[in-house]
Amino acid sequence: MPRTIIPIGPYHPLQEEPEFFILTVEGETVVDIDLRMGYNHRGIEKLCERQAYDQVTFVVERVCGICSTSHPFAYTQAVEDILSVEAPPRARYIRTITAEGERIHSHLLWLGLAGHFLGYNTIFMWCWKLREEILDVMEILSGNRNNYAMFKVGGVWRDIKAEDIPTVLKKIDSIIPTLEKLKKAVMDDPVLHARTKGIGILSKEAAINYCALGPTARASGIARDIRKNCPYGAYAEIDWEMIVAQNGDVFDKVVVRINELFESIKIIKACLTRLPQGEIDCGIEDIPPGEGIGHIEAPRGECFHYVRSDGTNRPVRHKIRAPTFMNLPTFKETVIGGSIPDAAIILAAIDPCYCCTERMAVLNRKGEKLFTGEDLIKLSQEKTEKIKSKMGRK
Amino acid sequence: MGILDKAFLKSLWVFHLATGSCNNCDIEFLDCLTPRHDIERFGMLLVGSIKHADVLLVTGAVNRQCIPRIKRLYEQMPKPRLVVAIGECALSRGVFMHSYNCPLPLDHVIPVDVYIPGCPPRPEAIISGIMQLIEKRKGQPDEAKA
Repeated sequence: MPRTIIPIGPYHPLQEEPEFFILTVEGETVVDIDLRMGYNHRGIEKLCERQAYDQVTFVVERVCGICSTSHPFAYTQAVEDILSVEAPPRARYIRTITAEGERIHSHLLWLGLAGHFLGYNTIFMWCWKLREEILDVMEILSGNRNNYAMFKVGGVWRDIKAEDIPTVLKKIDSIIPTLEKLKKAVMDDPVLHARTKGIGILSKEAAINYCALGPTARASGIARDIRKNCPYGAYAEIDWEMIVAQNGDVFDKVVVRINELFESIKIIKACLTRLPQGEIDCGIEDIPPGEGIGHIEAPRGECFHYVRSDGTNRPVRHKIRAPTFMNLPTFKETVIGGSIPDAAIILAAIDPCYCCTERMAVLNRKGEKLFTGEDLIKLSQEKTEKIKSKMGRK
Repeated sequence: MGILDKAFLKSLWVFHLATGSCNNCDIEFLDCLTPRHDIERFGMLLVGSIKHADVLLVTGAVNRQCIPRIKRLYEQMPKPRLVVAIGECALSRGVFMHSYNCPLPLDHVIPVDVYIPGCPPRPEAIISGIMQLIEKRKGQPDEAKA
């Protein structure tokens, strides 16, 4: 059968970010997939190396708008790892509340978009309407809808006021009935079952081989969550459950995310009611030479930051590994063998975030010689020698 | 206001272009389409192809890979055409000012009609910006319109 290539992107209505998929198809069946990126690359790791430690939190916040808590959280943990200090308890609770608020809005956003891809615009509108309530909560707590600017090396910038807590708890309680209704609407719909069950299966072995992370891995039966396996923030002090599903298809990824919404609400409520009194900042002044890592569970999986310090006021090296970077290669397993209409939902099922993942590749073309500094000096000296000998000088 | 403008401004169709943004402005714009803000009450509709669009909404710090593509998209747009820059990055590159991959602000690449500042701008700000675009267009003399 002849093979055809279907280009998707880079600017397409499927996702709001630019990325370029190359689907190779035989008839209706997808036989190969390739991905081109770089439309979002902004060189953030390099930018971080010219900022002071306190300024870097604001730069990494803008790695991705949806993960605007995950990256500063991982970064502050990495710097605190260099110092071997821990943030004060109240700061850790405030960080946890912010991170879980972000998880709720991120999962709702994804659920809405997934509904939109399947042709269920009702779910899209419903989820995004519900998401507004969470953004209101975040606005009360942090002062902004999306970029919270709460994180600081050694603590948080902004305290939660005692008079805000009842309002927030009431608002969070008010969304639970709607969320229950949404869960029923999604999980009991026969059409959604037909579209998502048994589609884009990522087996447990494949998930391990591809090093899948977060809800993508947990939907394939891998019980791995940084919040449980390597607790940080206030997660060790609060009761909550890790959600794991077994089949690894698109439906299970939906189930994992919907159930995580309820766990997140549980964590926020527990944190707000048990918020300890005390300092919100441990007053770090100098960062000694050394290196540190920080990893946290972002809405899409493990977010990893590495920071190396040489004792000055800015990092020498800052390395970011976002969860989507590990989840993207699973497309080779899930999309191939499926049909073209299913590809849209499978490509969206890992909740890809291309802004976090962007890399840049520099091509070294064959036949072009690259000159180093030493080569240039040598060439220059040779030219002087030639001119000298021409002019008859020594 | 001529007959062309009367028809044109009644229902602006918008095309959204992310040129290396952090997703925030894009999501705040998508928020405008959803029930709380509902931009469709002003006749605006998000379209999937640049060839159907009247307004180009640009977000993000314009990066090297995007510059030739933005120019190509702008050339493919049918006239009359309007451009809106959303967010601090599209205005002046924001925190990405010193990045090796973001050489130019958007208005050095294509002409921009309305700037909406903010990181990210609230949905209300985006709606207000687009309404100002309509007002601006109404107030212009006919010969100034491209």
